Amino acid sequence: MNYNWDWSVFFKSTGIGEEIYLDWFITGLGWTVALALSAWVIALLLGSLLGVMRTLPGRYAARIAGAYVELFRNVPLLVQLFVWYFIVPDWLPEPLETWFKQDLNPSTSAFISVTICLGLFTAARVCEQVRTGIQALPRGQAMAAYALGLRPPQVYRQVLLPQAFRIIIPPLTSEFLNVFKNSSVASLIGLMELLAQTKQTAEFTANLFEAFTLATLIYFTLNMGLMLFMRWVEKKVRVPGLIALGGK
Amino acid sequence: MDFSPIVPALPSLWEGMLLTLKLLVLAVLGGVALGTLLALARLSHNKTLSFLAGFYVNYFRSIPLLLVITWFYFVVPFIIGWVTGTNQPIGAFTSCLVAFMMFEAAYYCEIVRAGIQSISRGQVNAAYALGMTYSQTMRLVILPQAFRKMTPLLLQQSIILFQDTSLVYAVGLMDFLNSARSQGDITGNLHEFLLVAGLVYFIISFSASTLVKRLQKRLTV
Repeated sequence: MNYNWDWSVFFKSTGIGEEIYLDWFITGLGWTVALALSAWVIALLLGSLLGVMRTLPGRYAARIAGAYVELFRNVPLLVQLFVWYFIVPDWLPEPLETWFKQDLNPSTSAFISVTICLGLFTAARVCEQVRTGIQALPRGQAMAAYALGLRPPQVYRQVLLPQAFRIIIPPLTSEFLNVFKNSSVASLIGLMELLAQTKQTAEFTANLFEAFTLATLIYFTLNMGLMLFMRWVEKKVRVPGLIALGGK
Repeated sequence: MDFSPIVPALPSLWEGMLLTLKLLVLAVLGGVALGTLLALARLSHNKTLSFLAGFYVNYFRSIPLLLVITWFYFVVPFIIGWVTGTNQPIGAFTSCLVAFMMFEAAYYCEIVRAGIQSISRGQVNAAYALGMTYSQTMRLVILPQAFRKMTPLLLQQSIILFQDTSLVYAVGLMDFLNSARSQGDITGNLHEFLLVAGLVYFIISFSASTLVKRLQKRLTV
């Protein structure tokens, strides 16, 4: 290709303060990581709760969690984001609405919307995995726990969930990686995360290829690094004799 | 809430839906075709070929779709201009279509690979014993069985793709979501239009995945 690559572009001044273009990428990466981590906390907590609900003997809990999963899995992420960003703030009570729309920094309000959206969206997927993990355990585990006189919350907390989570680490890892990738939708509502910073750099410098290549490399490295880390975690917490199913 | 402006906007919403569906169908066909080739390459005995296919899959699976769309939005016109030597604009639709095909191919590849690997070894041996060549074995014996097994998964992935097509919003393509949004902006009823768009996506995906589940039950006898 007759394209003149110019990698020095990242060290040029942006013309805004003392910043160089690389600083933009670092800020963007910061937003991306912050988004993904906070959404993941929501997803993990809510998803586990819903996953447990789906395995409870009671009919209503299982149905509510099932409806949640269907709703959040069958509506595109971007539509959900628009709902959280454009619609929900208008439904808030008066003082909250003014606070959200006027007092907050636009980046902060966008951040809140995306975090909630991504957290709830991912919770539906985590729920299905937690449910699969619990159902993959031998039925005897729950029976033995009940026979020992444990109460249902104890059965889940002390017997079922610790084992289930260790089984589902591989699919949870890919969900965690998805949160990082999905956080890029935040660029569509104006949050300056990694993708948005990349676009902005491309527009300012006209060095499209360099900017997009750097962004791709960052996402790629982030994913590979996390994957290796999770593989190490998986080995550490492997349930002896059980994980053979999921392992290699 | 005032849903009355939806009715006069129906023609342009339908236009948007047509674009969404066109994009979906073409991307699924291209993605499955490319994904099948990739799967064959991944399973091939040729080390270089299988490494390259593996790298392709890992690469596309570790970057966001939105980044791929933006990449192709800038790159495809550039490459086409470079190849043909003209400066003809090729439009956001082609860019998005190429992006979806290449991105989804990585996901379809893994489904097809699992499908091929689930066919018993004896089938291959029997085909070879009958004197078939590798390509005949694949084309006439293995792939037809594998595709039958993996139809539900391929469809499930296509439902995800249907939802992901909404990301073309990023490059301003007038798909269903974007036309709903712009109609909402015009009439000042953004809330209603977005909620209706969400409902339509929900109904289509939900009924499609319900059908797929039923199909899955029937195919795994």
